[in-house]
Amino acid sequence: MIRKSIDHDRIRRLAALVRKETYQLVRDPSSILIAFVLPMIMLFLFGYGVSLDTDRTRIGLVVEEPTSLTHDLSASFRASRYFDVTFGSDRRIFEDQLIDGSIRGIVVVPAKFTANYAAGLDAQLQVIVDGSDPNTAKFVQNYTQGVVASWKSIRSADKAQGGQGQAVEQRFWFNPELTSRNFLVPGSIAIIMTLVGTLLTSLVIAREWERGTMEAMMATPVTSIELLVGKILPYFILGLTSMTLCVLLAVFLFGVPFRGSVLALYVLSAAFLVPGLGQGLLISAATKNQFLASQAALISAFLPSFLLSGFLFEINSMPEIIQWVTVIVPARYLIPSLQTLFLAGDIWPMFLQAVAVMLLIGGVFFVLAARSTRKRIG
Amino acid sequence: MTITDGQRDETFVQLEDVTKAFGSAVPALDKVSGSIKSGKITGLVGPDGSGKTTLVRLMTGLMQPDSGRLTVLGHDTRQDAAAIQTSIGYMPQRFGLYEDLSVRENLDLYADLRGLPPEQRAATFDELLTFTDLKRFSDRLAGKLSGGMKQKLGLACALLKKPRLLLLDEPGVGVDPISRRELWKMVADLTKEGVGVVWSTAYLDEAEACDSVLLLNQGKLMFSGAPHELTQRVEGRVFKVNGISGRRRQALTRILDDDAVVDGVIQGEAIRVVVEASSRENTLIEVLPEGSRLEPTDPRFEDAFVDMLGGGPGGRSELAEAATARDTSNGNIVIVAKGLTKQFGDFRAADNINFEIPRGQIFGLLGPNGAGKSTTFKMLCGLLKPSQGEGRVAGFDLRKDTAQARNRLGYMAQKFSLYGDLSVAQNLDFFAGVYGLSGTRKRERIALMKKIFSFEQTETMSAKDLPLGLKQRLALACAVIHEPEALFLDEPTSGVDPVTRREFWTHINGLVEKGVTVLVTTHFMDEAEYCDRISLIYRGRSIALGSPDELKAGVANAANPDPTMEDAFIALVQASDERDAA
Repeated sequence: MIRKSIDHDRIRRLAALVRKETYQLVRDPSSILIAFVLPMIMLFLFGYGVSLDTDRTRIGLVVEEPTSLTHDLSASFRASRYFDVTFGSDRRIFEDQLIDGSIRGIVVVPAKFTANYAAGLDAQLQVIVDGSDPNTAKFVQNYTQGVVASWKSIRSADKAQGGQGQAVEQRFWFNPELTSRNFLVPGSIAIIMTLVGTLLTSLVIAREWERGTMEAMMATPVTSIELLVGKILPYFILGLTSMTLCVLLAVFLFGVPFRGSVLALYVLSAAFLVPGLGQGLLISAATKNQFLASQAALISAFLPSFLLSGFLFEINSMPEIIQWVTVIVPARYLIPSLQTLFLAGDIWPMFLQAVAVMLLIGGVFFVLAARSTRKRIG
Repeated sequence: MTITDGQRDETFVQLEDVTKAFGSAVPALDKVSGSIKSGKITGLVGPDGSGKTTLVRLMTGLMQPDSGRLTVLGHDTRQDAAAIQTSIGYMPQRFGLYEDLSVRENLDLYADLRGLPPEQRAATFDELLTFTDLKRFSDRLAGKLSGGMKQKLGLACALLKKPRLLLLDEPGVGVDPISRRELWKMVADLTKEGVGVVWSTAYLDEAEACDSVLLLNQGKLMFSGAPHELTQRVEGRVFKVNGISGRRRQALTRILDDDAVVDGVIQGEAIRVVVEASSRENTLIEVLPEGSRLEPTDPRFEDAFVDMLGGGPGGRSELAEAATARDTSNGNIVIVAKGLTKQFGDFRAADNINFEIPRGQIFGLLGPNGAGKSTTFKMLCGLLKPSQGEGRVAGFDLRKDTAQARNRLGYMAQKFSLYGDLSVAQNLDFFAGVYGLSGTRKRERIALMKKIFSFEQTETMSAKDLPLGLKQRLALACAVIHEPEALFLDEPTSGVDPVTRREFWTHINGLVEKGVTVLVTTHFMDEAEYCDRISLIYRGRSIALGSPDELKAGVANAANPDPTMEDAFIALVQASDERDAA
């Protein structure tokens, strides 16, 4: 009988904490900003602004001495998906365009090209680029080399096979258009959940320490577990809500394909929020100060999710030490799973493995957080 | 209701050699022993940093002592913190309220957390809201309440499930004297029902009203017992020098330099003196100004505390002796406020403030936090642009000649805004540079400050690591390094112990005698008595202006023939409220 009333009290305290947190959330414009406005801005940035695709670069192609050989080479340039080519016979007509930026480079096929090629000498092209934009200049240079190299190899293969044309045909699975948006948007959902889970959570708890409300709460019969759960539950739901909003936008606004199941989406997201919230709790318990908490959350959660998760940079191409560091970044497990979920469909063995690792990392965070949030001050 | 002795004398808290240290510094609490009884208000008294908050937190079980033990309501805090937390009410320094929840929602939250059964809720809320007079505001967000109302709501939350022991950590800070008195009355009512109350405070006048006190200084227990037992030690040794015709600050300097004197402060037109032994007042006669009389007066808690700390400092101020004298005889006006008004949105923080301060006088702005003191103050030192009206310092209009005006004033900000990461010497060097000193003069002034304030040993310490008293000294040194004509002091002695406070005022009094003009803000009623004239600021307006004695005399009546500054303040505020209501 007594036991029952204790449980009853416990539930009532928990409900009171969750209710309080919800009121605060709804009334505090900064929570709404972090949970909904910021994700939208990020999604729009990744959806429209940032693209890892190479668009067709406008160049001028000057053929000083038209022959059937140079005609063939020109055709290769025209066929390239990297270039948007304008033809001319004199480089001077392109020089002004290069200066005013309407084309990015001039490729000159010199008069001696055909003769040199026929003689088996090194037949060279001249590439003129705008050095003030080194990035684009490098692109033009590299892509030109690429076009020429593949043209040469096709030609020599043609020769060897007695004119039987043979080209390599590429086929991409799952993202046939190779649109970077299709894997950036699912990835950014992980970043957004990091914002809500870690940044927002660490901020709101640090605020309780700053305003002295944490102290007042601790002096009541509330247990530290109730305090933690009362904090986490509303932000867990907020994180999932924010995620849902992002997915709806991704699918209906950006047209990202969604080939997996809703169940898998929520299982993965929920599992990801465990380490996210745990880290937020740990940060706030350790710093007890909103400014420090936001710095710590940005550096230890937001940036790693961005840089060390395979979201922007391939993990395999990182230095080995950094690759080891990425092992403890929860986003590294979520992002490939989400990309698979969106673009390929449910692959449960992969998902379950990711879920297990994320829960493990989350468990460690929670144990550490619970130890430092014991009902103690100072 | 009558109280049996048993109800009043049950021991609720027993402290045994309680020691608590943070880091390697001096322990926050050093072997403190004592007890707190039921049915009484026990004051936990001491300056900032004396260990009051630490002791309160130890009693809640939220912190554990390094050694020694605390027994609260029969439970050891180490083993049974949970049991303690179910039967205490605790109001931390900032009242522990959620500012974005309404009054009602805050009460609901704490009712759930403290396990108040739902069927009792309506009656309890009704009783508490009536008790605290917050019924009209139950839907208002806590963040939108005034300081006094927040304090009452904080109390209501702590009282939800009638606690046996109520712990209040500095409930009087930042609250106007009226709300403070109301809170005191409410708490006193609770003790009649046997509740034990712990009231921590840095105000010694609050200490005097407690049933019992634990007096702390630098973590050590100085005294435990009823306040009148402490004041007994100075019984018969406290006098007032009345009828001083000349400059009373010069008189104070002479009096303080007499061997027989333990402590002396300006109190309106008079000087309050504590002598070493009751027979020694006779030797004082020689140093008294002509025509003045020595009259015995009732000892106060502060007199006894200073006596216990070994007495106040002497009357000489090296700082003042080194200062260049300015002629005060022509009565030149140095600081002028003419219709100063500051509007923030639809809130008028300062409304038509007028006063003039002649050279060589101390003018005080007295009022609770949020009344508009600091706003007025900031407009006068050129930190804030007035919406209307003008301020002049040494003849310069602050809106047009800000730079010239600022070079003639020294500013000591609230909480001694020093650069915490710079050392003592670097702070001095920086402020000397900012105030336009250079070359030999800069070197000489810095060397002088180091000598006067004995910074030799602490020269290389970071300002943030200094003890509070030294911080205050350094802030003063930085503010006077360029020998300003006018000195602006914003809550200059907030939280420091009374001896340090006297040391500070010795310097200020000396400087004033040399012709420096001082504007000071304070919420200490005692400190207001050191001023030549004061303006009471309340809700952005000056509701009274005059010398401390004039203001006090203005509210004297048959029931209270000798009102204190606080009585005067309360009477004047009430009169102002009545005028507003009419």
